[in-house]
Amino acid sequence: MIETLKVTKRYGSSVVVDDVSITLPASGITAIIGPNGAGKSTLLSMIARLLPMSEGRVLVDGLDVSLTPSDRLAQRLSILRQDNHIAARLTVSDLVAFGRYPYSKGRPTVRDRDHIQRAISYLALDDLADRFLDELSGGQRQRAFVAMVLCQDTDYVLLDEPLNHLDIKHAVAMMGMLRKAVDELRKTMVLVLHDINFASCYADHIVAMKDGRVVHQGGPDEIMAPEVLRGVYDVDIEVETINGRRIGLYYR
Amino acid sequence: MRPRPFRSHDDTSGLVVLPRDSLMIRLSLSLVAVAALALISLFVGVGDVSLGGLFGADARAGDLQLLLASRIPRTVALILAGMSMAAAGMIMQMLARNRFVEPSTAGTTESATLGILAVTLFAPDMPVLGRMIIASLFAMAGTALFLRILTQIPLRSVLMVPLVGLMLGGVIDAFTTFFAYRFDLIQSLNAWTMGDFSAVLRGRYELIWLSGALVMIAFFTADRFTVAGLGEDFTTNLGLNYRGVLTFGLAIVAMVTAVVVTTVGTIPFLGLIVPNIASMIAGDNMRKSLPFVATFGAGFLLACDLIGRTVNFPYEIPIGTVVGVIGSAAFLWLLLRRRTHLA
Repeated sequence: MIETLKVTKRYGSSVVVDDVSITLPASGITAIIGPNGAGKSTLLSMIARLLPMSEGRVLVDGLDVSLTPSDRLAQRLSILRQDNHIAARLTVSDLVAFGRYPYSKGRPTVRDRDHIQRAISYLALDDLADRFLDELSGGQRQRAFVAMVLCQDTDYVLLDEPLNHLDIKHAVAMMGMLRKAVDELRKTMVLVLHDINFASCYADHIVAMKDGRVVHQGGPDEIMAPEVLRGVYDVDIEVETINGRRIGLYYR
Repeated sequence: MRPRPFRSHDDTSGLVVLPRDSLMIRLSLSLVAVAALALISLFVGVGDVSLGGLFGADARAGDLQLLLASRIPRTVALILAGMSMAAAGMIMQMLARNRFVEPSTAGTTESATLGILAVTLFAPDMPVLGRMIIASLFAMAGTALFLRILTQIPLRSVLMVPLVGLMLGGVIDAFTTFFAYRFDLIQSLNAWTMGDFSAVLRGRYELIWLSGALVMIAFFTADRFTVAGLGEDFTTNLGLNYRGVLTFGLAIVAMVTAVVVTTVGTIPFLGLIVPNIASMIAGDNMRKSLPFVATFGAGFLLACDLIGRTVNFPYEIPIGTVVGVIGSAAFLWLLLRRRTHLA
């Protein structure tokens, strides 16, 4: 379980995340949605101790993220931010192998190798394993990053826009793979998503943010409602039920 | 075994990935080449040393004396300086996440020189180890200042970073020159800063073994630097203290630079070119690439020294000049290659 207690982030006089107290249940997919500048990524970074909070506390399974030793936390919680630029020339398998660093500290065991191989196969990167990252397309690279984070094998996985750079086929495959990891391995995923329909189809729990605050949270059925979405995005969004899924139509 | 497809149709960079055993073969070949260069280095010079003179029937004591007192120290110093400066460049490139950074484009070398000048002015009798420690501290402070400036620059373009470093180096160098001028030390200053191995003699170069030890430390902690090269967020995510890795890496770079500057003088460009070439062959996973970086560094310096010793025989061209000429040409090539690569 992830709890944020009165978490606030300020830059000078502007408040980016404003007094957020939420509880994210263990095991399942939580999607954080909201317009640009709502503070989604900032909140995610603070939960993962990448960014110091101005106020408040974050507990992951009762561990305070600002007080727990970072290497211990790295075995419980992993994060991938959006827009990762890596100048270093690493092969895909090198990169994925670094996901084991919290356990192996650079001396991988046979078990670590299994994890690496599995993560590579999970993201269908077998043919690209020996390629350098700078030779891959944006989508392939994104999959390599996600493979690295999965290889870290933490109970909590935080992904900031995991569908970045992915085409429809790979976006669907990615969401299906994350869903599978949650169902089979009892992982807890927290995803920042831009596409509300992916959130509706795959998430168990949706948190809607606006102007640094959490404005709604609940199951997809509760959040995928015209009046709720209007409040979040300031756009009229029709919601239809297709094959039992709530789908928002916002194209025109 | 079926050969793996190394290249696919959409491969834009034209770089081929080598499997592990092929890397091992390349490394072995490079080691053989460096060993050959080292051997040649032992037998080239004004004084005549020959195998016959050493071990043959007409063995001369003078040959052995020359070998032990001058040629071996010189060759060892070349190998160690080449290895360690290249490794220092590699570490800096990972920490600054920029391919064009090395001790002489980040203010490190200039700061170390300022440190040596300070010692000469305030504590001229200080033993060489003390000199080196002071130079290390200066080098570390200068490099930390460089990294600090980098965090303040909003636009971290690839070429801005080394430009900032060169400017900072220029400012520090101006300081050094000013005080050296005021205290009439310009000539000594030039003598220290110009990389030169002709003065390397037994009893006066042993400090440089320390740089070999530093390379070993870098090898055993290589993974941290690779992780730091992925950026602060990745480093924190993997449970490492980013600031800690940065400080640790800076300490190694500063000490290597100080050791090399105090014993043989500055060697520009080496730390820039060698890691770039090694990266093309072995990538940037430092655990894999550091052996290449070290081997190429030693080979490059041995080759430059041999050129300097033979081109104007029996006179010597200082190695700093040879490295500068070859190095700046290689630097330009890397820059232009980069341009087409990015386009």
